[in-house]
Amino acid sequence: MGRYLLSRFLQSILILLGISFVTFVLLYVLPADPVRQIAGRSATAETVENIRRQLGLDQPFIVQYGRYLAGLAQGDLGRSYLQKSEVTELILSRLPASLQLMAAGIFAELVLGLGMGIAAAVLRGRMADQLLMMTSFVTVSAPQFVVSLLMLYIFAVRLGWFPIGGYGTAAHLVLPALTLGILGSGWYSRMMRSSMIDVLRADYIRTARAKGLGRSRVILRHALPNAILPVIAMIGIDIGIFMGGIVVVESVFGWPGIGQLAWQAIQRVDIPIIMGVTLISACAIVLGNLLADLIAPMIDPRIRLK
Amino acid sequence: MADATASAIPAPEGAFRRLIERRLALFGLSLILLVVAGALFAPWIAPYAPEEQHFDGLTIEGAPLSPNAQFWMGTDLLGRDLFSRMLYGAQTSLIIGIVANGLALIIGTIVGLTAGFFRGWIGAVLMRFTDLMMAFPALLLAICLAAIFKPSLWIVALVIALVNWVQTARVIYTQTSSLAERDFIAAERTLGAGSGRILFRHLLPHLLPTIIVHTTLGISTTVLLEATLSFLGVGVQPPTPSWGNIIFENQTYFQAAPWLVFIPGTAIILLALAFNLVGDVLRDVMDPTQRGLD
Repeated sequence: MGRYLLSRFLQSILILLGISFVTFVLLYVLPADPVRQIAGRSATAETVENIRRQLGLDQPFIVQYGRYLAGLAQGDLGRSYLQKSEVTELILSRLPASLQLMAAGIFAELVLGLGMGIAAAVLRGRMADQLLMMTSFVTVSAPQFVVSLLMLYIFAVRLGWFPIGGYGTAAHLVLPALTLGILGSGWYSRMMRSSMIDVLRADYIRTARAKGLGRSRVILRHALPNAILPVIAMIGIDIGIFMGGIVVVESVFGWPGIGQLAWQAIQRVDIPIIMGVTLISACAIVLGNLLADLIAPMIDPRIRLK
Repeated sequence: MADATASAIPAPEGAFRRLIERRLALFGLSLILLVVAGALFAPWIAPYAPEEQHFDGLTIEGAPLSPNAQFWMGTDLLGRDLFSRMLYGAQTSLIIGIVANGLALIIGTIVGLTAGFFRGWIGAVLMRFTDLMMAFPALLLAICLAAIFKPSLWIVALVIALVNWVQTARVIYTQTSSLAERDFIAAERTLGAGSGRILFRHLLPHLLPTIIVHTTLGISTTVLLEATLSFLGVGVQPPTPSWGNIIFENQTYFQAAPWLVFIPGTAIILLALAFNLVGDVLRDVMDPTQRGLD
């Protein structure tokens, strides 16, 4: 167990290093010149050269990368080219909003997805099952921005139940969180359905029924706890898709989180911010996968750590 | 004989499900054919040129027209016929779907096959790189790539391929490494077959069903990613119409003219759904190990 943990941990660190390297290479070859953007159109060649030296952009690639890594080790993600502030600070100031949306989104995802999956498994083969599975197919096939705009149009513009985008009160949170929930529910409902069907086939369920227990009691007390565990363990794996959703949903709803920050930075070619957000997201994904691997055997003893 | 045994087992649920599934696959297939036909025959079907700005395409106040007899799907912000733009947009979606997904499959298959067959340090390096790419937030990576290269139709296809090959590589790797252990491969080798012969005559045919299923499901992912990139403004650039950038161009107006968002939006969902439905049934039919799992 200790050895396994250590090797998984080292592996995660290596993957993050690799990701920082790939992102750095990508942004290094970026044809858009950030110095020109900072200096403005009318700057003289001398000023441009000065800024370039100040930012260390005249150094060779490996020196620049080395410097970046050294900063990273101290939690320093560099300075934004345009906003004249530390990337770490920018990200930290926006992280609470994103975390809030993520928590609400994952909650909505689980409630909708697991609910649909359980209902479909219990009603297996009936019309309702077909409808639920069709719904899950549609949500998997729907682009994030279309669902976002649809939700915004129906519930904010038409019905006026919620504010049209923005941040602050609980009412602002409902639509973006619900959108993320709908988008992710299809994936969970399909997994929950097959997990539940597997459990319902098991001998101990037949035994419970044979003892004379009622159907609903068997489903709720005996089948559900066993079926739900492996699905819960998948949350970590879902983080990657979820982070993509965050960028789109935050941009559409004007939610001031790191997704929106990244989106604004991309339009202004503010490289340190793009790198920072990509790295933070990658960290979340790696951490999510690691937690999924570690938690799965704890809540489901049938899975053993290898 | 096999049929007799199968029908001897009473499975009304399964039969019902299978029938529905086939019908859904048929539905998906006809949707795909409809879009393909629309894209292929766009120059003949489209009532107007996609870039033509109509003098009578806007109201006096300059707002787009809602669907009417002259413009079946209404007009957009610049007074262009939405129906014509949708037809030409279908071309964009399909070209990207086929090119990007084809490229992703080729890269993924080569990486997975090489890593699974040759193993050793090549395999290790390739698979660690695949793991690394898996940990990348796909959308952010695609946005970064699209921002680096000036986006055009082909660049967008390339970007999507560079992001989407990873899953294919993983699946092909797992299958290849288990196939390579099998007796019939060892027998071939003993008989003196070279690596090339084993790869192309024996391994690839076994991987074909997986590849076909991934092609179908992958097109759906590709269509969605293209639409999202175009919506964020880093995909296919206007005036070339794509279903994603139609929404991008008109989203500021969407409260007043919702059809400009929801007609292309519905088209994207239906096309992605169609490929998902067909892919799902294909997996059921071609991969017996998946049968009865869900």
